Amino acid sequence: MSNENMLSRRGLFMKVGMLFNGLVATALALPIVRFLFSSVTRGHGNGYFSWVSLGRISEFPEGETRLATFRNPYVMPTDGKTVDTACWVRRIEGDQFQVFAVNCAHLGCPVRWFPQSGLFMCPCHGGAYYRDGSRASGPPERGLFEYPHKVENGLVTIQAGELPTPGLSAALTGKKPPCAG
Amino acid sequence: MRQIGEWFDRRLQLAAPIRDAAEHPVPRNTASWWYVFGSAALTVFLLQLVTGILLALIYVPSASEAWSSLQALNHDVTLGWFIRALHGWGSNFMVAIVLIHMVQVFLFGAHKFPRELTWIIGVFLLLMTLGMAFSGQVLRFDQDAYWGLGIGASIASRVPVLGPAIVKLMLGGPIIAGATLSRFFALHVFVIPGMLIGFVCLHLLMVLKLGINEWPMPGRLVKRSTYVTEYHELTKKEGAPFVPYAIWKDLFFAAFILLAVAGCALYFGPFGPTGRPDPTIIQTVPKPDYFFLWLYALLSLLPPSLETPALLIGPVLAIIGLLLLPFLSGEGEKSWRRRPIAVLTVLLTAITLGTFTHLAGFTPWSPHMNAWSGDPVPERFVHGATALQRQGALVFQAKQCRNCHSLSELGGQRGPALDSVAVRLTQDQLIRQVIQGGGNMPAYGKNLSPAETTALVAFLATLHPAGQAPARDAARDLVLKESGTRP
Repeated sequence: MSNENMLSRRGLFMKVGMLFNGLVATALALPIVRFLFSSVTRGHGNGYFSWVSLGRISEFPEGETRLATFRNPYVMPTDGKTVDTACWVRRIEGDQFQVFAVNCAHLGCPVRWFPQSGLFMCPCHGGAYYRDGSRASGPPERGLFEYPHKVENGLVTIQAGELPTPGLSAALTGKKPPCAG
Repeated sequence: MRQIGEWFDRRLQLAAPIRDAAEHPVPRNTASWWYVFGSAALTVFLLQLVTGILLALIYVPSASEAWSSLQALNHDVTLGWFIRALHGWGSNFMVAIVLIHMVQVFLFGAHKFPRELTWIIGVFLLLMTLGMAFSGQVLRFDQDAYWGLGIGASIASRVPVLGPAIVKLMLGGPIIAGATLSRFFALHVFVIPGMLIGFVCLHLLMVLKLGINEWPMPGRLVKRSTYVTEYHELTKKEGAPFVPYAIWKDLFFAAFILLAVAGCALYFGPFGPTGRPDPTIIQTVPKPDYFFLWLYALLSLLPPSLETPALLIGPVLAIIGLLLLPFLSGEGEKSWRRRPIAVLTVLLTAITLGTFTHLAGFTPWSPHMNAWSGDPVPERFVHGATALQRQGALVFQAKQCRNCHSLSELGGQRGPALDSVAVRLTQDQLIRQVIQGGGNMPAYGKNLSPAETTALVAFLATLHPAGQAPARDAARDLVLKESGTRP
């Protein structure tokens, strides 16, 4: 046996050792990546959305827009107050409602309802919306985000669970408001 | 004592390399006050490490506890407020010094051959510093932090296809909550500082290996083939050991900066926290920290159609530009005296950022959210007015027109001031503008009765300076004359 062969024997061991480490690393990477992306993948599976109640229908007078709060359906023990969410409820008449996210469709700041001027206004970058949520002026490209809602047993319920953002809007309502685009 | 030292050095063998590094020759004229910003940035970084660890002794990275633990630091723990203030002001100083360091390096041509990689790592250090500034603002878990995260999520969501996934990855769940704070804590305390320490070491190592940039002389051009030899001749001919020849200025400036941070901390105190991070409290005007104010202004002023491309492509182009810089201008003139475009670029960037930051200080684009009840129509505007005009002034106040329009410089600046609106618009144009809106004004047609509109326009038509006639539609006079009625 020549020296070269001896070296290649050691070399082979080293290569097998590296391969072994590579296999173990791959096996470990799988759970690590799954853990890291669990918040993303869960959204595809059983999802975060569910129906939550905003209160009795009598709490929302006809023709008015009121602030309502609800607890986000997906809660972790350390969430504190952050799972309490606000939304604007507009009762048009009877069982006809519109429920808007407080998050401005521009960059998510909380919009405020001004009944006197009939506008939602955003304090951050000056977005404004009409009473039906459609865009009135300012930087937003579309109207306010709307939660899907229904009235059941005298309770107003909405389907909520995710922070509404411009990129998620299609998933949230499935339709574009009239002033979008 | 000497024996103990030798005992350690026989085992560590670090004395010789440290002495070499300390006494390495630097060009004599680089012992300048212009060359102190790098070491100052390092000093403030060390201050941030120390104060950060101290804060972590008390701070609780939980969405339900973080705000209260900051209150405890501010009010209960002895000198907790001072450590918070040091860390907060240290962060502001660090961003500022890193930026000044970068401008100095650029203007002195230090990014050119053979220091390209030093510059590139510096760009990453800048990005990490900004990352620390943003994640630090999140850890100050108050209303600004909460809504700031919402803004970050809204920007991230605009990435095509991957947007929603990026948002959930960033928030650690479907909404801004406990998991969000925990992952920003991990970023701010483990991930980014770890990378920063590694990159700072590389950055410093390269400064030692390649030598500090010589003082740029107009006309002394950098050539790849000759530069290294020329630099070595320079340091051999007129070099001086870094310690003590140059380091005393670094030491003085570092101490001065630490003193300045401490002075600001003592005088101005810690930053926040502002209100409790409760998303049901919507009476809030979120604002980013100082170094992101320019972005806040930019986001208000970009046209809607340009915003997403500018947000997503702009930063990528800027970073690529910075990374490519040493390859695009790796040779040639170093002195800023002979690089007018470089100087203009720095000035233009500084003026742009400065202007946007200044604008963000008083946000002329935001409606005044409390103007309607706070600012009645000044008396002089209704003095001697008819009943209809006074009714119009009431409508003007009740419909919150002054959220966006000012009278006598009181009210919002979103729309034009209305002190002399009647000079600009005829009555017909006023009616059209109020009812249909346009030019960034909402339409009020559905929200005003015909009587209210008539009264409002009658009031608006009185808003013109004493000696200046209101606008009139000339065609209207003509039509009325032709039809036989006097105007």
